[in-house]
Amino acid sequence: MSKFRKKKKGMPAVNTAALPDIVFMLLFFFMVTTTMRETDLKIDNPRLPSASEVKKLEHKSLVSTIYVGKAKDIKYGSGFNRIQLNDKISTADQVPAFIINARSKVSEKEVPFMTTSIKADKESSVGTITDIRLKLRDVNALKISYSASKSSGAN
Amino acid sequence: MARRENPEINAGSMADIAFLLLIFFLVTTTMNVDSGVSKKLSEKPPADYVPPIIKQKNIFEVNINRNNELLVEGERMDIKDLKEAAIAFINNGGGDGKVEKGVETGPCDYCSSVRRDDEPPTSKASSDHPNKAIISVQSDRLTEYGTYLMVQDELLRAYSELRNRLSLIKYNIPFVELEESYKDDKQNEALKKKVEDIKISYPQIISDAEPTN
Repeated sequence: MSKFRKKKKGMPAVNTAALPDIVFMLLFFFMVTTTMRETDLKIDNPRLPSASEVKKLEHKSLVSTIYVGKAKDIKYGSGFNRIQLNDKISTADQVPAFIINARSKVSEKEVPFMTTSIKADKESSVGTITDIRLKLRDVNALKISYSASKSSGAN
Repeated sequence: MARRENPEINAGSMADIAFLLLIFFLVTTTMNVDSGVSKKLSEKPPADYVPPIIKQKNIFEVNINRNNELLVEGERMDIKDLKEAAIAFINNGGGDGKVEKGVETGPCDYCSSVRRDDEPPTSKASSDHPNKAIISVQSDRLTEYGTYLMVQDELLRAYSELRNRLSLIKYNIPFVELEESYKDDKQNEALKKKVEDIKISYPQIISDAEPTN
């Protein structure tokens, strides 16, 4: 009987000395890969349409993003056609200034590679997108990307 | 006799601290890489620009109305049939290609070999050559953006399917993989030539017409 009792007492504790190491490793990984959200969304997070022919956007610093969707603030109405540039709800007329401002931040020889990413809600109307597109064409920002989530090509 | 023990720093709460930081970064991290349907806009035409006259048979008209319904070449169509219709139109090759830098591209010699059995045979009423085939998308201002992008996506899929088929026949490798391998090895001239060749064989010509009100 006494033999058994002895065994129970000697129950070894799990060695957790390596736990901090593991956690730190994970921590560093996330620290390195993290990017803080730079802009406050003034519109509801757009529900992106899905598409199968999507390309990844490379060179984040060369991408300027235009958001289109429903404004969070009720005073802008409940339509899905509000445009957000930087931190403000704007109109299509302000798009050229936005692009020129973005251009001033990169070196001149990179300007042709700049891409404008349009993140629009599924229910936005094509008219709004067309307005933006015309303005972009006015300032010669010809590379655009319609942001979409990747879906496998459903047939 | 007192037992001598190694004095140890208590590291038990180290894990807690690290966990706290870890959870903070986990929450704030956004790993999703932005992806989207990329498109190149045409340049702004000069004021006195006269658009070239294009034969009606070389234009594939897609209209989307404000109820998100499709009218393709004057007939109603479901969005799921659009890809096949576009493929049939592009891959027709019923005539001569356009003259590029003074060189006649001639009739489409690869169209028929790429054609699948279930596709309609070449017709004189459809496009002359893939490099002449223009897809024109016109939508209403009130069309939903989601539908618009779905149409764009379908059309792009039509092109990529044709490119894939041609690439498989010519180089025995799907175009997507060909492009991938070129991206990994930008210096490779042979690969570059192959990619360019396929791209020129099926150039993506999708134009956006001014929307109707």
